[in-house]
Amino acid sequence: MAKVKRFMQGNEACAEGALYAGCNFFAGYPITPSTEIAEILGYQLPKIGGKWIQMEDEIASIAATIGGSLGGCKALTATSGPGLSLKQEGLGYAAMAEIPCVIINVMRGGPSTGYPTGPSQSDMMTAKWGTHGDHPVIALTPSTVPEILTETVRAFNLAEKYRMPVFVFYDEIVGHMREPVEIPEPGDLEIVDRAKPTCKPEDYKPYDSNFEIAPLAAYGKDGYRFHVTGLNHGDDGFPTNDSKRIDQGCRSIMAKIENNLDDILKNETVDMDDAEIVLFAYGSTARSASFAQRKAREKGIKAGLFRPLTMWPFPEKAIREAAKKAKVFIVPEMNLGQMSLEVERCAPGIEVKGINRVDGEPINPAQILECIEKYK
Amino acid sequence: MATLKQLAEKEELFTGGHRLCAGCGIPQIIRLILRSVGENCSVVGTTATGCLEVGTSIYPYSSWRIPWIHSAFENASATMTGIEAAYNALKRKGKIAKDKEIKFLAMGGDGGTYDIGFQALSGALERGQDFVYLCYDNGAYMNTGIQRSSATPFGSATTTSPAGSAIPGKTQWRKDLTRIVAAHNIPYAAQASAHNWKDLQRKAERAFAVKGPAFLNVVSPCPLGWYSKPELSMETAKLAVETCYWPIYEIDEGVLKVNYKPKEKKPIEEWLKLQGRFKHLFKEENKGLLKEFQDRIDLEWARLLDLDGKHI
Repeated sequence: MAKVKRFMQGNEACAEGALYAGCNFFAGYPITPSTEIAEILGYQLPKIGGKWIQMEDEIASIAATIGGSLGGCKALTATSGPGLSLKQEGLGYAAMAEIPCVIINVMRGGPSTGYPTGPSQSDMMTAKWGTHGDHPVIALTPSTVPEILTETVRAFNLAEKYRMPVFVFYDEIVGHMREPVEIPEPGDLEIVDRAKPTCKPEDYKPYDSNFEIAPLAAYGKDGYRFHVTGLNHGDDGFPTNDSKRIDQGCRSIMAKIENNLDDILKNETVDMDDAEIVLFAYGSTARSASFAQRKAREKGIKAGLFRPLTMWPFPEKAIREAAKKAKVFIVPEMNLGQMSLEVERCAPGIEVKGINRVDGEPINPAQILECIEKYK
Repeated sequence: MATLKQLAEKEELFTGGHRLCAGCGIPQIIRLILRSVGENCSVVGTTATGCLEVGTSIYPYSSWRIPWIHSAFENASATMTGIEAAYNALKRKGKIAKDKEIKFLAMGGDGGTYDIGFQALSGALERGQDFVYLCYDNGAYMNTGIQRSSATPFGSATTTSPAGSAIPGKTQWRKDLTRIVAAHNIPYAAQASAHNWKDLQRKAERAFAVKGPAFLNVVSPCPLGWYSKPELSMETAKLAVETCYWPIYEIDEGVLKVNYKPKEKKPIEEWLKLQGRFKHLFKEENKGLLKEFQDRIDLEWARLLDLDGKHI
């Protein structure tokens, strides 16, 4: 039987993906251009016995999301730039306390209130460095409406697997554009649930350093009571001043990423084998880049496309590899040059050319093609 | 108190040509309040993110003929604290005449006041900042597309409290912000309505006259979010008062006064039926909710009347 195809908006696909992944808790606050996610889940979650709460502000929303996750739910919140700024304290807490949760950020123009109804990709560094302290970050960057669905599912899986907050970042264009989406049947996509403790409640340690990622009990359920804090903590979750344990804790939350790059990284490459001109593009911009890349090949230009679906951790190894053959990286992005800095870092000695637009208009294929032709 | 004629002769500080919707209560409220600033007084304004901010300030147009700043969503009161301090410093340094009377007006919708801006508001009230805070309460986040706020009435359908099989619209009662604000023991707090210009004008004059924080909570019809007829906006606001859903009263130096007591309190249905957001309450299965709504209003009105004239 043919799969059900529905014509839907990016934010709608996000809500579909969340429900598919087993999301049963949402706490949020109205903010353009992400509000549809909250609205749709507001209709859908009560129907399946999930919990949906509108909180009084952005800070409360991330706090409730963390609480929902600790209670054993698969928890989600959705926001946009100004809300993301307000959520930073909670995001650092979730990284420190190792709480799985998913944060959708539909990017609008910034800084500050910026351009609420216009697209942007200017929060990419906020994802990485928004909250203070060394902390692990996973951020996914879908380019299409169907991809928003599948990447939202992947975000939940990664959050559950690595006990940490995971971001899905997409610009307002993908968020509000409509495309046909094939709705996956149960079983079509992998669903990961967090590891649960098998020990007796009295023996349970929420940060047991014998594990790479310690199992997480639903807080208070089945007798599992434990301490959770944003302070540096020991295996039992209680605050510690033991410098060895502090060092170990700080390193272990980062090691979850470093030791699992193969599982976390994901990208799409087009004609990269012999590419001399490499387009590094993500989100809606990657769609323009893809078109420009095809046109360039038609003209006999050796252009390739590198499209990261996992932006953080950064695909460092792949870029270093591409840099061996490339003579230039072109990085179109709707900001004043954020990811181009990362590309530069990983491609020393190679020219990195940014195409930057912050006027609330998309970067069009002609703009990219024109730049490619300068380097042919 | 200025007469209607005097009011009409005053300079318009909030101009037409703004982008607020037809039938929106906000511009009427703002015009009247700005006209209530005393003669020879200047006024400085700040507005939280929301309909008023977006609708009046998109470059190259502005409706504001006063110094006016938009900062963010949650911090109009904090921004005004800084502005007030800056003007005080300018006066101390002699850059502005010491006797020049400057009034400070912070404005926000119910989302930016009851919810996300509440902490900043409470802080400014506690510090005793000399300013007027105006909340135009249209009972939901209208600027982002009608999401429920803590000011949204019981039973109201919004995009995040939709009426359906799970819930019959919003299940919580409105936060009583006016009383919460008054509990900060500020000199003046009042509830008013867009339709009663005389009452609102007197309250605004009083709010500007007192030394220290003053707070005005004004119900503002929103045809878009209330699913009401734009041409009936003032009628709708009036019925909010006549049914005692939105009593108009003030707490002046701690003494509560109910400013309007309807001769015959109208049943709540009179107000509800003008608004599509309450349509589902009239279904047979929701009869109980209507009664619950009425009982709660009766109780709150009786409690308010008990306090009338008393020092609270």
